[in-house]
Amino acid sequence: MSAAPIDLPRWADTALVPLVSVAAALVVAGLVVLSIGESPLEATALLLKGSLGSLEGLGFTLYYTTNFIFTGLAVAVAFHAGLFNIGGEGQATIAGIFAAIACLWLAPLPGILLVPLAILAAAAGGALWAFIPGYLQATRGSHVVITTIMFNFIAATLIVYLLVEVMGKTGSMQPETPDFPKQAVLTPIHELLGAFGLKLPSTPLNTSFLLALASLVAVWALIYRSRLGYAIRTVGANPRAAAYAGISPARIIMVAMAISGALAGGLAVNEAMGVQHRLVLDFTAGYGFVGIAVALMGRGHPVGVSLAALLFGVLYQGGAELSFDKPTITRDMVVVIGGIVILFAGALDGLFRRLVATLLSSVARKPA
Amino acid sequence: MTSLPPAIALIGISKAFGPVKANKDVSLTIAAGSIHGIVGENGAGKSTLMSILYGFYEADSGEIRVRGEPRRIRSSSDAIAAGIGMVHQHFMLVEPLSVVENIVLGAEGGALLKGGIAKARVELARLSQEYGLAIDPDAIVGELSVGLQQRVEILKALYRGAEVLILDEPTAVLTPAEADQLFELLRALKAQGKTVILITHKLREIMAVTDRVSVMRRGEMVAHVETNRTSPAELAEAMVGRRVLLRVEKSPRQRGAPVLEAAGLTVIDERGCETLRDASLTLHEGEIVGIAGVAGNGQSELLDVLAGLTQPARGVIRLGGKILNAADRNPANLRRLGLMHIPEDRLRTGLVTAFAAAENAILGYHDDPAFGRGPFLSPTLIEQHARAGMQDYDVRPVDPGLKTAKFSGGNQQKIVLAREIERAPKVLLVGQPTRGVDIGAIEFIHRRLIALRDAGVAILLVSVELEEVMALSDRILALCGGQITGEREATTTDERDLGLLMAGVSERAA
Repeated sequence: MSAAPIDLPRWADTALVPLVSVAAALVVAGLVVLSIGESPLEATALLLKGSLGSLEGLGFTLYYTTNFIFTGLAVAVAFHAGLFNIGGEGQATIAGIFAAIACLWLAPLPGILLVPLAILAAAAGGALWAFIPGYLQATRGSHVVITTIMFNFIAATLIVYLLVEVMGKTGSMQPETPDFPKQAVLTPIHELLGAFGLKLPSTPLNTSFLLALASLVAVWALIYRSRLGYAIRTVGANPRAAAYAGISPARIIMVAMAISGALAGGLAVNEAMGVQHRLVLDFTAGYGFVGIAVALMGRGHPVGVSLAALLFGVLYQGGAELSFDKPTITRDMVVVIGGIVILFAGALDGLFRRLVATLLSSVARKPA
Repeated sequence: MTSLPPAIALIGISKAFGPVKANKDVSLTIAAGSIHGIVGENGAGKSTLMSILYGFYEADSGEIRVRGEPRRIRSSSDAIAAGIGMVHQHFMLVEPLSVVENIVLGAEGGALLKGGIAKARVELARLSQEYGLAIDPDAIVGELSVGLQQRVEILKALYRGAEVLILDEPTAVLTPAEADQLFELLRALKAQGKTVILITHKLREIMAVTDRVSVMRRGEMVAHVETNRTSPAELAEAMVGRRVLLRVEKSPRQRGAPVLEAAGLTVIDERGCETLRDASLTLHEGEIVGIAGVAGNGQSELLDVLAGLTQPARGVIRLGGKILNAADRNPANLRRLGLMHIPEDRLRTGLVTAFAAAENAILGYHDDPAFGRGPFLSPTLIEQHARAGMQDYDVRPVDPGLKTAKFSGGNQQKIVLAREIERAPKVLLVGQPTRGVDIGAIEFIHRRLIALRDAGVAILLVSVELEEVMALSDRILALCGGQITGEREATTTDERDLGLLMAGVSERAA
């Protein structure tokens, strides 16, 4: 017998379960911190202060959040079609290559043309890299989980080859492209607000954050308000009913994967055009994988994704500060804490659903 | 023979799934060393009863006696220990493994395979000889024909010491020649003193191979007879039953022009079986054509192929006089041409149960410009539409935002009905319109279908309830084994007549 889906009220499903998961993760992470002889409370305070306690910290937090929004949305859109796209890393890598080609080749163009074109190129690259596994799944039955992982490896080796042999900076040993033209660089937020007289510390946060916020709204409109989104959700929830309704599951799988990959391309926009201003190796740095946890925690809903992305932004930035202030809590220890949150919020989600359901039903019974 | 205690005795078995009583006080005695058939329509409770005997379910009440002794059978391993083996309709074999590896599966006898395999090889040779079962122990199961795979299943049960063998619809997957070989084998088993329980709804098989037969109808045992003292006609009647006629008020039909014509439709499934063979039918405006048949005789395939969900291997379909070619035969296009479909399985096909009722009210019509602007859908418009439909069809509660899974079966069916009927169909395909629906809703649904017919719509009705088919239809076609075995005007036929057609007893022989 397979486990029956657990029915929870909406508020419990979208808010309570993730909160319980995060709380449990924090308790376990606290025990880990305690085991190396540090105070969990002090560590938590440092983590929060480092990520939210200053404008500079906040800037960094939101910069990380930008990446998580893109990769989280990418996974979420595929989820709605019943697909598990774990190829965000590879899709972002290809998106980066496309964006770099656009920025370097179209260098003579003014920024007002170059920036949108480069962003579109990134989206197209990500979409292409996700479309192929989608096509294989739709027409050949090759499972996207397998193919997207493989495509991560292909993309990872492709970018090495391109940066070393083809697109690399002449006379440099670094596997990276020459700098993008000035007008292709996304404006940092502190410069943008500086123009209005607001003085902000310099952080990597740039206008791709606004693009991420716009993507949240766009994905919400797509999934919950558009005809295409309706078809996507139907295929994800009941492919038989979709076929009955005249919706082609094969077509929807390909379209949903392409949209998913395009969103993952946002990671490349933030990193290459917003922060590094050139294409470097390994810029995806695992953000694509964390996107899976973000989408799971956020229940595939853009509001949830934004909150989960913020949480991981806090963890990344606060964790960096924490390991800086407390040499005993190393970078690796921070990775462990992040891993615990992913484990509890993503993989062990079902555990807490059952627990919460049991608690709720016993609470509901008592007052009578 | 009479001195032996019965191999199996079931006494007063009852089992309910929620409000559905699958078995009501069922008693059954199976003589040792006999072949005992159990017949009944789908949903009559045969499989539930056998699942209780094999330990998949536990009965709510009643007793199981094996060779005269009361036994509690709570799992399939209890059943195996009691000497009961089962061959399922869908084989439980590991295809990449060899025959002998499949035989020892679950009875390996230790951490190392070698000893168990060697023992099984000897035993397998003995069993093969005893029953004349030629099978290569090292053949890979996935490469064997379906008939041989079934033999492996039977050998598996015998290897575990089964004295009583249950076969659930064993011939459903077999060719007629393979079925005859199976019957030979069953006779050989009987000659060796084994007991066989054969579950089927095919009367030919019952007549060919069994000693005694029990008939189930709606969860109850309605007859136990010696096979040589009965006839297919009598069994068919017992299966279908003489029911109190359902009364549906309807005026004489005003038959119009033919709208949907199908000629020579043949459907071949993935296994290569012809599930629908050379079926031809014509639907006219303003009439209801019912399909009578025991479930699993091609009704679902007929509905699916007409609705564009599957493609026929051969045959022509005309809608409004125009031949539909393969590209036209998809659900979206057929809907545009006015062919609507209320599918047999509303939960798996007709609805997305995870969606709100309002969202299901536009399933299949989400591209309709009336529900939004451009690429976007308007929740307000969808809700208004759903609310109107729900009020019109008396769906309770009238809450378009409620998740569809939370409505009762009858109300879910009304959501589907409202959606399809309100689109003003020219042709309506209806599958099991009242399955799992309460009596009040049944009447309501019947009235709606009659009203639609009076308005000139051509309706094709498929239902396992013969009563319903007879009450609603103007004309009735009988399906058996994927073939149309007869056509009757509803006014000139009765249950006995239809029962014979449904059992495939040809008109010449009758």
